[in-house]
Amino acid sequence: MSRIPTTFAALAAQGRKALIPFITAGDPDPDLTLPLMRALVAGGADIIELGVPFSDPMADGPTIQRASERALAHGMSLRRVLALVSEFRKENATTPVVLMGYANPVEAYGVDVFAMDAKKAGVDGVLVVDYPPEECAGFSATMKQAGIDPIFLLAPTSTEKRYAEVAQIGSGYIYYVSLKGVTGSGNLDLDEVARRIPLIREKVGMPVGVGFGIRDGAAAARIAAVADAVVIGSRIIEEIESAPAGEAPARVQRFLSGVRAAMDAATDKQGAIA
Amino acid sequence: MQMQDLPYNLPDAGGHFGPYGGVFVAETLMPALAELREAYAAAQADPAFRAEYEYDLKHYVGRPSPIYHAKRWSGLLGGAQIFLKREDLNHTGAHKINNCIGQALLARRMGKPRVIAETGAGQHGVATATVAARYGMECVVYMGSEDIRRQAANVYRMKLLGAKVVPVESGSKTLKDALNEAMRDWVTNIGNTFYIIGTVAGPHPYPMMVRDFQAVIGEECKTQMPELVGRQPDAVIACVGGGSNAMGIFYPYIPLADVKLIGVEAAGHGLDSGKHAASLTAGRSGVLHGNRTYLLQDENGQVIETHSISAGLGFGSRRIRHDHR
Repeated sequence: MSRIPTTFAALAAQGRKALIPFITAGDPDPDLTLPLMRALVAGGADIIELGVPFSDPMADGPTIQRASERALAHGMSLRRVLALVSEFRKENATTPVVLMGYANPVEAYGVDVFAMDAKKAGVDGVLVVDYPPEECAGFSATMKQAGIDPIFLLAPTSTEKRYAEVAQIGSGYIYYVSLKGVTGSGNLDLDEVARRIPLIREKVGMPVGVGFGIRDGAAAARIAAVADAVVIGSRIIEEIESAPAGEAPARVQRFLSGVRAAMDAATDKQGAIA
Repeated sequence: MQMQDLPYNLPDAGGHFGPYGGVFVAETLMPALAELREAYAAAQADPAFRAEYEYDLKHYVGRPSPIYHAKRWSGLLGGAQIFLKREDLNHTGAHKINNCIGQALLARRMGKPRVIAETGAGQHGVATATVAARYGMECVVYMGSEDIRRQAANVYRMKLLGAKVVPVESGSKTLKDALNEAMRDWVTNIGNTFYIIGTVAGPHPYPMMVRDFQAVIGEECKTQMPELVGRQPDAVIACVGGGSNAMGIFYPYIPLADVKLIGVEAAGHGLDSGKHAASLTAGRSGVLHGNRTYLLQDENGQVIETHSISAGLGFGSRRIRHDHR
């Protein structure tokens, strides 16, 4: 079993919501990935989503695309991402790590070997953006067998039939993308999210994280009031991009701490009302 | 490539051509593709749709395009008699418009006032801009900044036709990156936008649609060859970039087992040089642009840039109907 269910169970017991930051492995430089992962944990991350860079990140906006290009320019590969996770595990045995990326690098690695190596490295979940449920029954089964959660996206456009398919094939949590578009774009519709989440949670029976378009503590707090987890990606990459050399981990930690505080304040208040 | 003497009824319901094709896109695009599949199925079943498509092919594109016996060239080469299917004589100067008319008519049927396209050399962009102007649609064309530099004349033509040409600066700044960028536009503007893909690429139903709209090339040829020389050719030869012209002429010939179908890929500086565009010959199976196909990729699964002297023959993934013969 992965570390993901225990993490959500522990948070639920405390009445808190999960904060899931995303960074691209190897961005801006492979040497900074471990310090950045430490900074994410120190800033209040409950789960880390680690992007596996790909040459053609079709579902990502310009920010994460740039991160991918910087990482690839440093020779980052799936093999090296797994090596980084192994290093991280030497100092952190509890924070779940979810790899997020595209199908081709995983297929080039070989799905069976990848499942084994990822488990050995300490990976807890895998989200392959361009593997919809109808194309990856075998992949999902292999991941589950290895004790890795195959995580799936649901979108505002997804049907209830879709919820059922994802419930059957996925595990760990659901990543609800809160807007139509690519990562990092605007137009987050909070009311729509608030309407959708309870329904999805009921239909899929898994915690529901919300991401795409969450840019500050205030938005994160409002999402935390209705969802089980808040995912933040592009906004963190922007911190990394704009930081002077060497300062990225400190900047990221400061930003994430602010989000964490806003989320906890919101859930504490909610707890007090309840 | 040798013919199979079998009935050909691909793709399956999920868009698979054997192990290739399929729908490999993020969840955000799945409903749009379902809507497109339904709309295309309804259009195919509607004789009025087919009639309008054929009317425009005849009166706007100038079809049928002739076949021409290249006698002096045949003599110079000293063997086979060579006939050319003159797709260059279509309006806009290429076969691309056959497909653009079909997809633009479908867009209109679906009530989408805005069309987008990717383009490499600019032929598909010009064809899309042309049909958008013809049907009164807003048109945005994504083109790698490197290709914009190399193909200034086509960029000028697209702008003249009222299209907005958006330079793509990401990745290798060429066709594959333009396709990524067009997909991003589509997923963001899904309500009012139809994405006209120009080659037998992308998620189902695109490869099937492009094949169907380009099949007019081979269908005409099958009628014209017996009329002109009393028989079908021994072999049909087509260059393969993305594969739409090749598929267009090959597809109607698939049931004729005596006709060899030969696709020619751009070898660039040679297959051993690493600088070529021969993804069927030298690539490996992988997933890109929403389908499983043959890709030029490195050992880590990163897609490699193609190399060809022609801007229109460089495409990192090779199309599925070709893959599955």
